[in-house]
Amino acid sequence: MATIHIDNRPYPVKEGENLLQQCLSLGFNLPYFCWHPALGSVGACRQCAIKQFKNEEDKHGKIVMACMTPATDGARISIEDPEAREFRASIIEWLMINHPHDCPVCDEGGECHLQDMTVMTGHTYRRYRGRKRTFHNQNLGPLVNHEMNRCIQCYRCTRFYRDYAGGRDFDALVLRNEVYFGRHQDGTLESEFSGNLVEVCPTGVFTDKSLKQHYTRKWDFQTAPSVCVHCGLGCNTIPGERYGTLRRIHNRFNGAVNGYFLCDRGRYGYDFVNSERRIRRPALRNNRSEPLQPISKGEAVQFLAELLANGTRIIGIGSPRASIEANFALRTLVGPERFYAGVSEQDGRLLASMLDILGQGPARSPSLHEVELADAVLVLGEDVTNTAPLLALALRQSIRRQPQKMAEKMHIPHWNDHAVRAAVQQEQGPLFIAAIADTKLDDVATEMFRGVPDDLARLGFAVAHAIDPRAPPVSDLPDTMRTLADTIAKALKAAGRPLVVSGMGCANVAVIEAAASVAWALCNTGHAAELCFAVPECNSLGAAMIGGAHLELAFETVLGTAAYTGIAADTVIILENDLYHRADAAAVDRFLAAARNVVVIDHISHATSARADVVLPAGTFAETDGTLVNNEGRAQRFFQVFVPQGDIQESWRWAQDLITAAGADKDDPWLNLDQVTAACAASIPGLQPILRAAPTANFRIGGQKVPRQPHRYSGRTAMLANIDVHEPEPPEDPDAPLSFSMEGYPNHPPPALNPRFWAPGWNSVQALNKFQDEVGGALTGGDPGVRLIEPLPAGKVGYFTNIPSAFERRAGEWLVVPLRHIFGTEELSALAPALAELAAKPYLALNPDDAAELGLATGDDSQLQLQRNPGQKYRLPVRLEPGLQRGSAGLPVGLPVLAGIAVPAWGKVTGVGQETPS
Amino acid sequence: MLSEEEKQEIEAQSQHYPTTRALCIEALKIVQEHRGWVSDEGIADVAEALQMAAAELEGVATFYNMIFRKPVGRHVILLCDSVSCWIMGYDRLREHFRARLGIGLGETTADGCFTLLPNVCLGACDHAPAMMIDSTHYQDLDPDRLDEILAKYRMEEIREEKKEKRGPADGNTADP
Amino acid sequence: METPLTRSIAPEKAPPDLAQYEKAGGYAALRKALRMAPGDVTAAVKEANLRGRGGAGFPTAQKWSFVPMGDDAPHPKYFICNADEMEPGTFKDRLLLEGDPHQLIEGMIVSAYAVQADVGYIFLRWAYKLAAQRLEQAIAEAYHRGYLGRNIAGSSYSLELHLHVSAGRYMCGEETALLNALEGKRANPRAKPPYPQVSGLWGKPTVVNNVETLCCVPHIVNKGAAWFKNLSRSGDGGTKLYGVSGRVKKPGLWELPMGTPIREILEEHAGGMRNGYRFRGLLPGGASTDFMIADHLDVAMDFDSMQAAGSRLGTGTMIILDDRTCPVGMLHNLEHFFAQESCGWCTPCWSGLSWVEQILKGLEDGKGEASDLERLQSHARLLSPGHTFCALAPGAAEPLQSGLKYFRDDFDRHIREKRCPWRS
Ligand SMILES: Cc1cc2nc3c(=O)[nH]c(=O)nc-3n(C[C@H](O)[C@H](O)[C@H](O)COP(=O)(O)O)c2cc1C
Ligand code: SF4
Ligand code: FES
Repeated sequence: MATIHIDNRPYPVKEGENLLQQCLSLGFNLPYFCWHPALGSVGACRQCAIKQFKNEEDKHGKIVMACMTPATDGARISIEDPEAREFRASIIEWLMINHPHDCPVCDEGGECHLQDMTVMTGHTYRRYRGRKRTFHNQNLGPLVNHEMNRCIQCYRCTRFYRDYAGGRDFDALVLRNEVYFGRHQDGTLESEFSGNLVEVCPTGVFTDKSLKQHYTRKWDFQTAPSVCVHCGLGCNTIPGERYGTLRRIHNRFNGAVNGYFLCDRGRYGYDFVNSERRIRRPALRNNRSEPLQPISKGEAVQFLAELLANGTRIIGIGSPRASIEANFALRTLVGPERFYAGVSEQDGRLLASMLDILGQGPARSPSLHEVELADAVLVLGEDVTNTAPLLALALRQSIRRQPQKMAEKMHIPHWNDHAVRAAVQQEQGPLFIAAIADTKLDDVATEMFRGVPDDLARLGFAVAHAIDPRAPPVSDLPDTMRTLADTIAKALKAAGRPLVVSGMGCANVAVIEAAASVAWALCNTGHAAELCFAVPECNSLGAAMIGGAHLELAFETVLGTAAYTGIAADTVIILENDLYHRADAAAVDRFLAAARNVVVIDHISHATSARADVVLPAGTFAETDGTLVNNEGRAQRFFQVFVPQGDIQESWRWAQDLITAAGADKDDPWLNLDQVTAACAASIPGLQPILRAAPTANFRIGGQKVPRQPHRYSGRTAMLANIDVHEPEPPEDPDAPLSFSMEGYPNHPPPALNPRFWAPGWNSVQALNKFQDEVGGALTGGDPGVRLIEPLPAGKVGYFTNIPSAFERRAGEWLVVPLRHIFGTEELSALAPALAELAAKPYLALNPDDAAELGLATGDDSQLQLQRNPGQKYRLPVRLEPGLQRGSAGLPVGLPVLAGIAVPAWGKVTGVGQETPS
Repeated sequence: MLSEEEKQEIEAQSQHYPTTRALCIEALKIVQEHRGWVSDEGIADVAEALQMAAAELEGVATFYNMIFRKPVGRHVILLCDSVSCWIMGYDRLREHFRARLGIGLGETTADGCFTLLPNVCLGACDHAPAMMIDSTHYQDLDPDRLDEILAKYRMEEIREEKKEKRGPADGNTADP
Repeated sequence: METPLTRSIAPEKAPPDLAQYEKAGGYAALRKALRMAPGDVTAAVKEANLRGRGGAGFPTAQKWSFVPMGDDAPHPKYFICNADEMEPGTFKDRLLLEGDPHQLIEGMIVSAYAVQADVGYIFLRWAYKLAAQRLEQAIAEAYHRGYLGRNIAGSSYSLELHLHVSAGRYMCGEETALLNALEGKRANPRAKPPYPQVSGLWGKPTVVNNVETLCCVPHIVNKGAAWFKNLSRSGDGGTKLYGVSGRVKKPGLWELPMGTPIREILEEHAGGMRNGYRFRGLLPGGASTDFMIADHLDVAMDFDSMQAAGSRLGTGTMIILDDRTCPVGMLHNLEHFFAQESCGWCTPCWSGLSWVEQILKGLEDGKGEASDLERLQSHARLLSPGHTFCALAPGAAEPLQSGLKYFRDDFDRHIREKRCPWRS
């Protein structure tokens, strides 16, 4: 700590940090543009000018840029100095001379940092008489809109897109007052993080194209704190609703998780909530040859109550994309032994293995923020950009840790971004990527390895052995792999914070065990390693913690083919789950046909709901509350954003209604979410801490709830005036300490309840500054979420010994391995129109040499038959993947037509029209 | 695709720089030398050869004024418009060009012979006004001198044309 | 009067080749330096009080002294000659480059030796085609003769030297922007600190010096600091290339003792104003220096005296404003240049300068308003050093603020008469 004097008053500051960040942290309103807490300082905009004085005697002082000046003990500065004020006002005037006067029709209006700063510095009247410079705009694809005339040349966009996120198709062009930020030519932005431009740009150059489809001003959104449901990382979001439709997602800063950024899947996937495929009313069919007929909620409950009362033998199937509470409620309804996890046996094993490793082993699972701090990384088997996109962004920062130490030695502070980059040039910390095929992180990889999952696992085991000889050796290891393993081991051991990343992407337990072995070997030799697993769904780990047998067993139970389990069933309730995404279509068909009653509770219709006898409309994440557990093992609460129309309600409420109607009630019915959460926490070991994920529904501040509507919310009394001039009473919310109104506690609630970032004078996303103790650091009051899983001290667990043998090509057969896509692989986001446009189309990937052998070229039609189900043939265009190991073929799993195909699996590939060799 | 010659020249330059990236300005100059200007295709070719992103290379190409991202005539006239030349009669020269060639700044004659570009100080201030045509400096200019110089280029053009018509069989390639 | 820098230069003749240069005593300084400790070379340059001729007058030895030395210093270290010379009105380095390339090369090797640099670059502006040819030739000769490359002249010191020809832009002359240009990037300047001596080209210790500065070094090593100081008529050591352009009888370039008064250069060397033209003012050292007027003619052209008189020595090449040239038009021309050459990095520069240019154009076009002068005045004040990222915009502010001061009447006339009085 150091003391500086700001306008003659002493303040404690962090020595060496830049003065802008320190002033903002102290609560001063010092305007800025080019500086960004995550991107650092570059001194371009000159907006943060202050006066610095040599000492107490110096009355003259000189103008310095706060963002470029380190805080030193005894420093004397002035923000109020007239010369500094004048200079800051001039900066705004200069920025505004070319800026169009289009605020009323600009999407950024009302949440524009430029607008805020203009007001803050007091620039009001225009003196410039010249013409404004004008630009062409580019079509940057379906996600981001481009309006270059509004640009103020702060360079934040390129610094985020290129320097921070590694995008290469976007840059600064031309010079002087004509600098153009764009692509080399029109075209969709290639980066998976392009949507962050919308928030990074301090004005309206980059705006959300999906929002344009149903535009609403920031002050008219009803919002609530939420958690992204499109992968397992649990990024915090702020979804915004107006007139019953969900209209956009903004980042909700969580210093431990997503920080300032989201991936495009998370930002744009929300539109599935507005999909025509939403289930909005209960429906029933009496006869499977008839279509589903809408019925009332009462009828539906009545019907099901009778079913249950008639002694039907029922089972429930949960879901990794439904909340803890929803899963738990279904489990309560059917009874724990009749509750099945909504995942395949394969996925279930992978999840159980990860839970076991994280809970029983010595390696800790890091938060995303901690991933950024790692200084040597091995990625084993996971294509993180496609399976856990923000993890890729975090890894891109981790490679800067070691070079940053070089810069520190040269006395260049970490925040002096361009100076650090100029000093370290191409230097980067170690990042090793072992994956099935090429990944989008390869550009920053130190070394890469490509292989089928078993070989990736072997590499991992070899690394573990190289680190700790007590770990079992890998037999028949080729020299190249041994050398690579040694290199990786050396780099990890030399690091201060080594990290191993793996996950479910390979669908291979050996890969996960190998990753654990590496991390454990490090821990056991005195290197505190972290171990990060990517999981595919928003509650994969949470659902796994609740447990339940795997899906295939549910099938067998209904089909009566199960080995003795003591359970028989003829009725199934399926929670928020399309089973066709989990298992081979034929198996699901048989199962659904065999079940006498199929009940689906979900928000979106799909192949499974289409075959149900009863469908109950559930709320999406935006219409319900609940708890999700992310890949780190962090439980986070998401809150309802708006009240859905019709009979849509929380899945857990459907379960409760059925329990009540069937008269099978527990002592008391659950009246609100907290009661479900509490019951769950009490009965499931390990879930106890979820009670602390967020304040309960009866939490009040000064007797008030937290309002979901901002106090500038407009039209509340007029929105329904055409129907009734009496303003309707806002809906009650028994489940959350948030209200569906403007009324409520006007200041900062606990971070887990933050529905928006806004502060007087700070209408843009930068208002976040006012919610952090130290700007750029954790939220005041602590970053939301509670960790459920902590490691056991070193050395308790023996190494895994199940090392697979080396892959061997088979003549005429291919090992089909899974490939993943950020757009397309995940079921819900693929329904958002903007992302549907970008979604991967089905294909079969082959090594070019294999393809040549088969006489296939790019785009040719191939036919794939899996050994386990030769009757099923898939016709797929060929794509060449030089990274694929010979003898393997890549299948983009999870795409609608390919959903449910479990791989790795052996299969035959032929050209269409070619004879199948016998 | 870069031509063999272009590739070789770039390769030769690579000895002067420790990184491939640093070669990009040289490479752009080389492509321009061969093709007259740097087209989108030129950008793509260099980007590919140096494994740079096209956007990044475009950022460089559009920064430097001696990289022409638009087509130019066979001869590029760089007329100094900086202060000493301005004092000594730049305006007159510019107007004279307009009268003689029918083009203003940034324009190319209809026959594609000349492009007229303004240029910053050529370091010939004691002999202002000055200009360069291609690689040749001309100093102490006035309208009469301009006419002489332009005539010289015109003559050369006519000679070139004749040479081309007569074909290489004529054998005489030495410049008189 | 001694003219060490130009003594071997005969403008219309080919420059001395290696043999001729050696015959005239060339590369003796290099041999001598190689026998000295690197620190002693720096000490000699310090003792000689050599100040940078690139415009800012920074003491050369002091600049070198920031380079990390010793066994654990980072390598490679780079030494760069700034031969970008694009300051309007400046044509001094060109003479040295074309006229005696070996002198520069020797200067570079000796200077590079002083900081133990491993690689040198001559960053040459594209327009100097002849200089490029002659430098290439001279570099090849020097390599051939063992003055460059491994184990120079049998010593344990090695230096590679490359010629880099720029692709244009005034900004490249700014030493940190120059580094970006050399790395194949956009020539935006870099933040200081860190200074290039610590983190420069490719992140390594780097020195950037002007051509004329480097040409002085061999002579200092050869003849000693005292001799060098004695060349000068002021506290700064050495001679200086002074130039005059504009409507004088004999525009040109002369090597004269540092501190020669303006009047002497203007009248004795440039022959005074042309017939029919009267002197109104001058920019003493290129476009980015403050105007001076008749009152200043007796000021000595050295760094400190010029500063005291409210201007800067700059490049020492003066541009004369005569009475038949519109001062507002001249400023318009200057500010057009600066606005056009702004790299687009910092707001005051890319936006402020274009506004200044607009206002001046308006005045020239007869569209001026009284408030324009306030606007110009405030820009002159706001674009000062420290306010902007680099020195380009402050350079542009110098002629602006002094022009407003000395030619206020002319500005007023433009507004009053709603036209440029010099345009017919
Ligand atoms: C916009 C701008 C342009 C410059 N152009 C040149 C130039 O062309 N040549 C030069 O030697 N210095 C130029 N300088 C000064 C250099 O930044 C640097 O100070 C100089 O090369 C140092 O050399 P010296 O110490 O030998 O004077 C320029 C500075 C600025 C701000
Ligand atoms: S586009 Fe936006 S972020 Fe990029 S420079 Fe312009 S104002 Fe800044
Ligand atoms: S925020 Fe400090 S210069 Fe831009």
